Amino acid sequence: MNGRPRTLAVMSGLLGTLLLAAGCGSSSGSGSNNSNKAAPAVPKVPVQQTVGAGEGQLDLVNWAGYAEDGTNDKTVDWVHPFEKATGCKINEKIGNTSDEMVTLMKSGQYDGVSASGDATLRLVYGGDVAPVNTALVANYATIQPFLKDRPWNSVNGQMYGIPHGWGANLLMYNSSSVTPAPTSWAAVFDASSPYKGKVTAYDSPIYIADAALYLKATKPDLKITNPYALDKTQLAAAVDLLKAQRKNVGEYWADYTKEVQAFESKNSVIGTTWQVIANLVTTDKKVGVQAITPKEGTTGWSDTWMIAAKAKHPNCMYKWMNWITSAKVNAQVAEWFGEAPAQSLACAETADKGFCTTYHAADKVYSDAIAYWTTPTTHCLDGRGNICTDYTAWTQAWTDIKG
Amino acid sequence: MDRYQGLTQRGSGWLHRHSNARLLGLLSLPAAWLVLAYLGALAAMLLAAFWSTNDFTGAIEHTTTLTNFTALVTQPVYRTIAVRSLEVAVLVTVVDAVVAMPMAYFMAKVASPRTRRLLVVAVLTPLWASYLVKAYAWRVMLANGGVVDWLLAPFGMHGPGYGLPATVLTLSYLWLPFMVLPLYAGLERIPDTLLEASADQGARAGRTFRSIVLPLLYPALFAGALFTFSLSLGDYITVKIVGGATQLASNVIYDNITTGGNLPFAAAAAFFPILVMVVFLVGARRTGALDEL
Repeated sequence: MNGRPRTLAVMSGLLGTLLLAAGCGSSSGSGSNNSNKAAPAVPKVPVQQTVGAGEGQLDLVNWAGYAEDGTNDKTVDWVHPFEKATGCKINEKIGNTSDEMVTLMKSGQYDGVSASGDATLRLVYGGDVAPVNTALVANYATIQPFLKDRPWNSVNGQMYGIPHGWGANLLMYNSSSVTPAPTSWAAVFDASSPYKGKVTAYDSPIYIADAALYLKATKPDLKITNPYALDKTQLAAAVDLLKAQRKNVGEYWADYTKEVQAFESKNSVIGTTWQVIANLVTTDKKVGVQAITPKEGTTGWSDTWMIAAKAKHPNCMYKWMNWITSAKVNAQVAEWFGEAPAQSLACAETADKGFCTTYHAADKVYSDAIAYWTTPTTHCLDGRGNICTDYTAWTQAWTDIKG
Repeated sequence: MDRYQGLTQRGSGWLHRHSNARLLGLLSLPAAWLVLAYLGALAAMLLAAFWSTNDFTGAIEHTTTLTNFTALVTQPVYRTIAVRSLEVAVLVTVVDAVVAMPMAYFMAKVASPRTRRLLVVAVLTPLWASYLVKAYAWRVMLANGGVVDWLLAPFGMHGPGYGLPATVLTLSYLWLPFMVLPLYAGLERIPDTLLEASADQGARAGRTFRSIVLPLLYPALFAGALFTFSLSLGDYITVKIVGGATQLASNVIYDNITTGGNLPFAAAAAFFPILVMVVFLVGARRTGALDEL
């Protein structure tokens, strides 16, 4: 009877002490101001010089569908052949968002990651990934030239990974519930009210760029040039648009299986998607869906396989980077995921001979038109100076949008 | 041999005379565990709330600042989320108490010993199934055209779909055993003779319940409420599965760790459930519920 009040007193005392400690320190710590800092220097991480025998194991962080071992579809398996050829047993950890991938890589437990452009630079400048010695990856030579030495996969001419593939975030809709067929992102923004409660959207702050892309086309007054470079006014406009959309959103998705299930039960009938999700829904044949590129253009991803700075199995990782970009495997993964393969020779190996044409795999102009996921920083990506909102601001805005 | 025996005897004699030393020897190991591993980890986390992260790389910067708390207090969205989380926790507790009370009463006072054992097993069995399986089962049942819709269709009604009501429903289901068991144990301790005496004095069932059972059951009800309330307040998975687009306080913590990579902000947000629980316990102590526990 006596012990409990004392425990409570101790607990509140502990809290009080902590608050007090912070109160004292805050005046001295308030001088840190990050907004005017230039991009920090790249941490020096040694480059691997040779690839020896495999270490017998490989721990990967990757997007769903990038390391298939036949469990989803018996004919889709490039993990077992890799394990047989190299002796490297693969442990796959799926990252649902780029943010999750960065967090997972920071844990230091993984050898490599299939990072999109909104994760790559955060990993490079955080010292979490090592530069890649492209001479050790034989298949790098025939990677599409317009994917090499790009701002999201290299720093000062040094490659930090091997390009894997790229594609667009599409608009998916249930073809029987959504009529007429939409041609614009307006169907999920300004004109989404007919589908109230059945609209879905990607649950990550990076989705703000989708709203910005729509505003770029529909509200020229805002003068948005790059959906990842938004000043305070532009971000506020995007946030307002997304808050209006929130009223009609049934649920947000980050886990791709959740979107598959929501579309199949008709809990969602329209929203942003990846081609692989549309493929899975189509394969299950429960509902009819279409995935289109709306007229305002799309955001998209360009993925790069990166090796962890402190990889425990670096040889296996180098073998994997070469394996996944080999013509046959790159064709398989591109067809399964529904993206343009990075390997130029992969186009000859696809089961559907018109695949690379459909996905514009060799079309530099088409590729350049996609607004690839990039980490927003205070230093504007469109060169307007240090007036832009950074990813932390986007994260807080995202919480605010969801309400 | 003798020497050792003598030593042991002298030692135990000394310990017998010095009761404080005896207590220290017995408690130092568990106390060290509690302070270092448990409270230490908690303190380290709470200390992190006063740090910040680098905007670009997400690396933690160890300079003391109150910005996290300022953001949490000044931005209206966090107040909305906090109020919503409290409402959910209170609603789940009330629903569980209302559902569990007749169940527990039947188990403790009406059922035969054999039925009673079967009922206890029935209440406990769902605890053996994975939390995720149960939450996803509700997702399937609450889906468009799912079991709930099908059951309500004859009455011209429609299931709640995904959202806050679905979250309260699923959480109430998940934590129900934690309410039933304390109530059952509490009711079992109330002698039947008290109820009979009340009836002899002419009190109806409702009067007996209000004047006899409920006051005696208060500590048990509090124990159950402590479980359902704190578990609901800390939950972030159920709301992701059946909550539609809603978010709760723990989602803010989770999202800031996994999505934002902002550990300090998450730690600051973690102050909210801690403060709520402290207030809850202090309030419960004032009403005397802790005295009999």
